[in-house]
Amino acid sequence: MSTKLNTSLFNKKIFIQAAKDSVIKLNPAVLIKNPVIFIVAIGSFLTTIIVTAGMIQGNFSSFNFQIAIWLWFTVLFANFAEAIAEGRGKAQAESLRNNRTQTKARKMTGKLEVSTFATGLKKGDIVVCEAGDVIPSDGEVIEGIASVDESAITGESAPVIRESGGDRSAVTGGTKVISDQIFIRITTEPGNTFIDHIIELVEGAKRQKTPNEIALSILLSGLSIIFLLAVATLPAFFRYSLTASGLPPSQNLTIPVLIALLVCLIPTTIGGLLSAIGISGMDRLIQRNVIATSGRAIEAAGDVDVLLLDKTGTITLGNRMATDFIPAEGVTVEELADAAQISSLSDETPEGRSIVILAKEKFGIRGREVHQLNATFIHFTAQSRMSGVDLKGDDGTAYKIRKGSSEAIRSFVQSNNGFYPQKIQDIVIELARQGATPLVVAVDKKVLGVVHLKDIVKGGIKQRFAELRKMGIKTIMITGDNALTAAAIAAEAGVDDFMAEATPEGKLRRIREEQAKGHLVGMIGDGTNDAPALAQADIGIAMNTGTQAAREAGNMVDLDSNPTKLIEVVEVGKQLLMTRGSLTTFSIANDVAKYFAIIPAIAIALYSRGNGMGPLAALNIMNLGSPQSAILSAVIFNAFIIILLVPLALKGVRYRPVSANAALSRNLLIFGLGGLISPFIGIKLIDLLINL
Amino acid sequence: MTPQDFIQIILFIAVLTGLTPILGSYMYKVFTGKKHVMLPVLGWLEGLIYRFVGADPVEETNWKSYTFSLLMFNFIGFVFVFLIQLFQAYLPLNPANLPNVSWHSAINTSVSFVTNTNWQGYAGETTMSYFVQMIGLTVQNFVSAATGIAVILAVIRGITRKSTDIIGNFWTDLTRSILYVLLPLSIMFAIVLVGQGVIQNFKTYEPVQTLQGGHQVLPMGPAASQIAIKQLGTNGGGFFNANSAHPFENPTPFSNFLQILAIFLIPASLTYMYGKMVGSARQGWAIFSVMLILFLAGLCLSLYGEYSTNPVFGHLPLMEGKETRFGITNSVLFSVVTTNASCGAVNAMHDSLSPLSGMVAIINMMLGEVIFGGVGAGLYGMVIFIILTVFIAGLMVGRTPEYLGKKIGAFEVQMAIVANLTTSVAILVFTAWASVSSYGLAGLHNTGPHGFSEILYAYTSAAGNNGSAFAGLNANTLFYNLTLGFVILAGRFGVIIPALAIAGSLAGKNITPPSSGTFRTDNWLFIGLLIGVILIVGGLTYFPSLSLGPVVEHLLMNNGISF
Repeated sequence: MSTKLNTSLFNKKIFIQAAKDSVIKLNPAVLIKNPVIFIVAIGSFLTTIIVTAGMIQGNFSSFNFQIAIWLWFTVLFANFAEAIAEGRGKAQAESLRNNRTQTKARKMTGKLEVSTFATGLKKGDIVVCEAGDVIPSDGEVIEGIASVDESAITGESAPVIRESGGDRSAVTGGTKVISDQIFIRITTEPGNTFIDHIIELVEGAKRQKTPNEIALSILLSGLSIIFLLAVATLPAFFRYSLTASGLPPSQNLTIPVLIALLVCLIPTTIGGLLSAIGISGMDRLIQRNVIATSGRAIEAAGDVDVLLLDKTGTITLGNRMATDFIPAEGVTVEELADAAQISSLSDETPEGRSIVILAKEKFGIRGREVHQLNATFIHFTAQSRMSGVDLKGDDGTAYKIRKGSSEAIRSFVQSNNGFYPQKIQDIVIELARQGATPLVVAVDKKVLGVVHLKDIVKGGIKQRFAELRKMGIKTIMITGDNALTAAAIAAEAGVDDFMAEATPEGKLRRIREEQAKGHLVGMIGDGTNDAPALAQADIGIAMNTGTQAAREAGNMVDLDSNPTKLIEVVEVGKQLLMTRGSLTTFSIANDVAKYFAIIPAIAIALYSRGNGMGPLAALNIMNLGSPQSAILSAVIFNAFIIILLVPLALKGVRYRPVSANAALSRNLLIFGLGGLISPFIGIKLIDLLINL
Repeated sequence: MTPQDFIQIILFIAVLTGLTPILGSYMYKVFTGKKHVMLPVLGWLEGLIYRFVGADPVEETNWKSYTFSLLMFNFIGFVFVFLIQLFQAYLPLNPANLPNVSWHSAINTSVSFVTNTNWQGYAGETTMSYFVQMIGLTVQNFVSAATGIAVILAVIRGITRKSTDIIGNFWTDLTRSILYVLLPLSIMFAIVLVGQGVIQNFKTYEPVQTLQGGHQVLPMGPAASQIAIKQLGTNGGGFFNANSAHPFENPTPFSNFLQILAIFLIPASLTYMYGKMVGSARQGWAIFSVMLILFLAGLCLSLYGEYSTNPVFGHLPLMEGKETRFGITNSVLFSVVTTNASCGAVNAMHDSLSPLSGMVAIINMMLGEVIFGGVGAGLYGMVIFIILTVFIAGLMVGRTPEYLGKKIGAFEVQMAIVANLTTSVAILVFTAWASVSSYGLAGLHNTGPHGFSEILYAYTSAAGNNGSAFAGLNANTLFYNLTLGFVILAGRFGVIIPALAIAGSLAGKNITPPSSGTFRTDNWLFIGLLIGVILIVGGLTYFPSLSLGPVVEHLLMNNGISF
């Protein structure tokens, strides 16, 4: 499956499903998980009973009836917010399931091959897969090398190499072998595979509240209790005031009015949207093809203030670029460029393409029509470690051009009874010392020269680091290069610090040091030797191409295996927390206006001298039509604001890489001040509509 | 208002702001174990006290032991004060031959003094012997203020320490607070007060012939010593019933100025000490600014309420209940300061304040007594508000909320909510009970919204550990003595225990170093935010009750109706 599905916000199917689910979620056992909304539901239930009882007794109150309706809508809208957030995940899980066919596995028992169902495989079983087979479960290649189509989980169609030993030994159930044969040792129990995890995560089946969500729930419950008290004590205060005004106690506040006031005051907006915000945070991560093992990990990502970034792939383009042609003695640079270009014409690797581009830019060597060349291209293989082309010249003589690592070319030249010059070896060593990659080019037995492949710092990465710095995040570049090379690249890329000649132990030590200083560290890695550091880091993102050990050690897996993801993950984490805070602030700020709508409405008769308009009518600063329309408007506004904010909860508040202070000012202006003012406008408009 | 009124207010703020860093840095030295001026004078005594009570000043404990020591100490204080009242007739220093105090009044008074509330359901000169006043009440004035300082010290240690559960030694905090801060200041202040004419003697009450030829008994007693600490320790329990409106307690405009200043002195200085101890004076000044702004806002509204024209009294300022010696501005300033600082001393009758000024007094207390607040109590109350603010707003910067490098998690939020909830429950539930029950209404002398305000004021004052009263309510009844006593306990320990729990929890956490991604708590944005949260959280809880009390009374007064 590709996770890049049509999950647009109001996909019709998801919408209808969510509408259904919001009714199903009225089940008290489900509702109680959300205390704020549970209180609203109890209120709705009580009001409904009162309306029904009134109807039976023959004094139907249309006002109470309308209150009851809108209270139920408040609950439904809150349910809908959660359901639509879940719906998007469910749709993804659905497509995952559909793509996972009932795979057969070729299990090895001793030397014998037995056909069995994939679901029957246990940890430690050994299976064999050949071209065309779907890998039955997660495992590790123990023998062989193969190219595997992993588009089922990554959405990336280009096949990847999986081989035994080393850092590319992990295979994922559900992916497809497209060449060669590999033997795989199964590393997970059935039902616990990577794809199972993804399904669980996107469905939210095992969603647990994150620490921050728990803390926020406590705050919201606490506020609800305080407001419950403020409302519950009101009838007593009213009774005193009624007596003092010479009014009968029978004019005291009715239960539906008290419930309406309570529902308006408790933080229903954030209470209704809280779980939607959490789910959609996970969802945004999945859309970036990152799978987090828990919601806790996403939150921690927002807190990370030190990032350990691998040089290769993150800071520099993962693939080095040709920047120079260095010819051997007695060879012109054009000859070398020409040979290098021909051998790279059908080389689709970025290095190969960069050679073609360089040859064109430097010497104007144009692309030639491949078919006319009568050439056979030799692709790079893991064993040969070189690529090239076999050509037939105009005179009919065949010759072979090869480019590759110096060792590979040396043995190629020597096998053709050629001679590998010392000069070339010197150039190779010198380039390697500078942190560059030398690529040697040869024709048959003659070495033509060296192509200088250099690390290229990614475009825009410097600005990215500057943004991170603004957000208070320190970047540390990790590289195996020597200090000199590392310093040069670090300066070019604008990282805050670097770690040269980094060893796995060194990385682990560095993480521990930063953590002891109070920092939260994020890193991304792939190798087995990265596993301890990934486990130690607060956010460890394992690349999907990495080993099983790495994937288990980290708390996130990046399906694209793109090291820059770390930065995006941090942004998703921050956005999630920001959305929560902003909507909480909005929700609390809303209460001010609701008081100004409801208090004058319910207290209008107090201390009035005959005309029914008491002094507290002066608090009706919105000039709402009638006491009843004022209360209804507040309740309706309270219900509708939930639905209006669903898109914001799902998308998250707009995120910008700015300092904490700038972010706070901005969000405070929009959600704090906006939260104070908007309900005054909203309630007034609703009141005008009601009184039309 | 006259220019002198303005000058005096400005002078008050200037002197307060000037003294804050001076006393603040002295206290910083005292409580961080650095060398300070009083060490050569009283250092020997400190050592002697530890040897006498057998305490090890070096040994520090976790928050639970700290809390236990604090509660035990206060409980013993309560029992002692309760017993000496119950048997004061048999005890020495009782020249007026005052009888034993009733059991429920004794409970109320002991609770009230142990908790730094000093709510007085009784009249001092006709109820308490010199012995009870000195050995019981004055001693509690000292130790209850010192308890407040001890709690904030523990909270500060919780914030500044990392990865430990040790937050200090209650006994050393208590001893040092009394010995090096409260005692020297009180002695100095008492001497100045005596110089101004406050009485300090053990004489029997003196019968005198008045100018009109009438006969009057003048109460006497060791007033100055108790008044000094009553102001400095934000206790507020007057030696005489009229409190600082009594000429023997507060004879001159200068003594009046000093008494107002003394209320804010230690709470204000503690903010500076706080800043120094958490490693950034700016943090302390930010808190100071929040307090000052809220104080000034209340003062302005209150002055407006007193000086504005109204249909009932015309253009005249409201003189009823004010001390003519000091005038309106001084009475208003005193009322705002005393309700801000959980002091409760008064130099005018709050019952006679205009509805708006009365509301300011009530709101000051409802906000949790954090506008300077009680000694220590104001600051730890403020830290609780800061935690709420940081948690609500801190998320908006995209990180788990943190304060001074400490991550604010579920436990801290829970404790902050508990502290808030306890006082809200106490105020709302008991006001509701009293306002509809016959025994609650029996104490009322006023009708209409003003009567409601009196009940609301009483419970708010008790919950905020303020102790001042809208005097129109007769609260020396079984019902009020017991319910108010309960509310006082809830308002004191319902905040202290969560505050210490927060200290313990924070101490165990690591400190995140500040960066540009850190939510800043020392700039104007945060000051505004904190004020907003204090007003909105407080306001939302009490808006309905205020509407039915002072707000409606004010509106009615504008329609020409008063109560």
